[in-house]
Amino acid sequence: MKVFRSMVLVSSDPQSMLHGAEEVYQRFQAEIKAFGLEDEVTVSMVGDIGRHDVFPLVIIYPEAVTYGPVGVEQVRPIVEEHLYKGRVIPEYQASVRELSGRIAWLNARKGTVPAEQRIVLERAGLIDPTSIEDYILHDGYSALGKVLTEMTPIDVIGEIQKSGLKGRGGAGFPTGLKWSFVSKAKGEKKYVICNADESEPGTFKDRVILEGDPFSILEAMTIAAFAVGADEGYIYVRGEYALAQERLVHAIEQAREYGFLGKDLFGTSFSFDIHVHSGAGAYICGEETALLESIEGKRGEPRIRPPYPTTHGLWGKPTLINNVETLANVPAIIRHGAEWYRQFGTPSSPGTKVYTVLGNVNVTGLIEVPMGITLREVIAIYARGMKNNRAFKLAQTGGSSGSVIPASLQDTPMDFDSYARAGVSLGSGALLICDEDTCVVDLARVLLNFFRRESCGKCTPCRVGTERAWQLLKGISKGQGALKDLEELLELSDNLYQLSNCGLGQTAGTPIRDILKHFRAEVEAHIRLGVCPAGVCPMHEEIPASPVIA
Amino acid sequence: MTDLIVLKESLSELVKNVVEKHGASRAELIPILNEINRKLGYLPSYALEEVARLTQIPKSQVFSVATFYQMLSTDEMGEHVIRFCESAPCHVVGGRQVWQRLQEELHLQPGQTSPDRKWTLVTVSCLGVCGVGPVLIVDDDMYGNVTPDMIPEILARYA
Repeated sequence: MKVFRSMVLVSSDPQSMLHGAEEVYQRFQAEIKAFGLEDEVTVSMVGDIGRHDVFPLVIIYPEAVTYGPVGVEQVRPIVEEHLYKGRVIPEYQASVRELSGRIAWLNARKGTVPAEQRIVLERAGLIDPTSIEDYILHDGYSALGKVLTEMTPIDVIGEIQKSGLKGRGGAGFPTGLKWSFVSKAKGEKKYVICNADESEPGTFKDRVILEGDPFSILEAMTIAAFAVGADEGYIYVRGEYALAQERLVHAIEQAREYGFLGKDLFGTSFSFDIHVHSGAGAYICGEETALLESIEGKRGEPRIRPPYPTTHGLWGKPTLINNVETLANVPAIIRHGAEWYRQFGTPSSPGTKVYTVLGNVNVTGLIEVPMGITLREVIAIYARGMKNNRAFKLAQTGGSSGSVIPASLQDTPMDFDSYARAGVSLGSGALLICDEDTCVVDLARVLLNFFRRESCGKCTPCRVGTERAWQLLKGISKGQGALKDLEELLELSDNLYQLSNCGLGQTAGTPIRDILKHFRAEVEAHIRLGVCPAGVCPMHEEIPASPVIA
Repeated sequence: MTDLIVLKESLSELVKNVVEKHGASRAELIPILNEINRKLGYLPSYALEEVARLTQIPKSQVFSVATFYQMLSTDEMGEHVIRFCESAPCHVVGGRQVWQRLQEELHLQPGQTSPDRKWTLVTVSCLGVCGVGPVLIVDDDMYGNVTPDMIPEILARYA
């Protein structure tokens, strides 16, 4: 194994890329070569480094010195002074203001506000995602080693069940229970699938995990395969995530080289290998049975359930399907034990949750916090308040499985049970925070347009219901609504929920139900008074329609 | 006419290579179509017929898959394709105004290609870079935090 003296990490989150991170990265390579340091220093690009105020950011290890913002012109001095002569350049250093978890001002308030707690994103942004050696140096594969040499499949499932881990894809199904179903299913051939078809609008947590820490997913899938008795795995990555696919393919090759994938792992009789399967642009393929159809080379139309994939999955074989974030929790649980895991979060929803914070706030981005913190805390602490000091109006918790959360619920703890009791849903982890300039009719119209486009068309309630609901909302936003439309919308929402075949249709009516429950007066103002109180809806002109299939 | 025959021959060759690379099985249908679409920018119906012939999958099934997925297109695209995210996270941070400006500049409805075949404008669902909305993609270049005023400048880069 080659040992490097220093490691240079350049942030490659979208903001940094916009600010020339790629050029900075290339210049680093060139300058390191120019100083003859290429055998001593490595340079790599990493995803979310954890702060969202300086772009691009450069971290140099082992000193952990953070420079930023770094432009191309600063690269040569950094290489010459820091890497060649060993002198830190204080004037180029980024302010020590906002490093996640170790935030100075957050430390000062220790015990009064919940700090970020990173389990899933522990390594993302801190290790070189293209190096299995770096992963191993950071506790990588120690969980798999423990599982294969010290534990039985029943022990592993028991530990996951004890940890209380729930699926992070949106539904919150207990992970250990799902594993035990597949483990008990009869059949010689079983599959483990990682659902990385992250397409919920506003959600990009899985992308950051896949790009920043791809080996953790391979390790978790291998542990899951051992637990349920599978020997083959698939990672279904959405087609738009080209970098994530590249990193995974590379990681799988390295894992095979090092004997972490393939035959007779760790000298046992257990064998497991993984394929990467690219999606081709279809939100519905995140639904697990549609995903199976897609891997089988068909249209991504959800199957009728039961039977469930746990007994009749890929090519009719028992199949375990877990979301990326769910899997990313597994190695840490095995390493530290269920007891350790349970100290985070709430008793019914242990662990952490990764959220993407978006919308009309000062700081957007990714956070990983214990389950059970409140929306108010997220906005005040992590998002640094509302943009331009506007008032908080509502939050939309993302994609099909989410809800519209009014300001009155901003002190409800964000965990699966508390939200269910309040009649709302946590969704997939997107927190779209909207201020008073947001119109609920306009928002619902955009959300329904999404469902209308992404409905696979297999079942009538969803195909027709989403289209009709969108038309009615469009009519209201154009000032052509009638009060009876609201009754029809509620009926459509109910029908979608009751009659649709899969989760897409079942939740497509949620925004309608939520806005009519919490913001009915505002909706009615469009109809009764002919005005949009937020001043967003056109109230007359035509909104250009988008084609159902692009 | 000869041009058409040459075109068909090179197309057959391309399809043959892609199918051989992935293997002629049903499970590989989407990877095969993905790669052809990437190479040609769209899926000509002759290419789909060739895929059907080589993989022994019924033509109707190949077409049904090709028309299901958003990243696959059976229509020829313009020289530059603009994909605009119309999902809620981009919409509430100013996407609406950006969209209006795009339409004013290009005079195109979603899904349309300009008469000179230079531009195709399509709307897409979330692209997974919501932290920097509003987002649009021109060919392979991503632009985030887009404001209406940036549109003419962005378009000019492809002139």
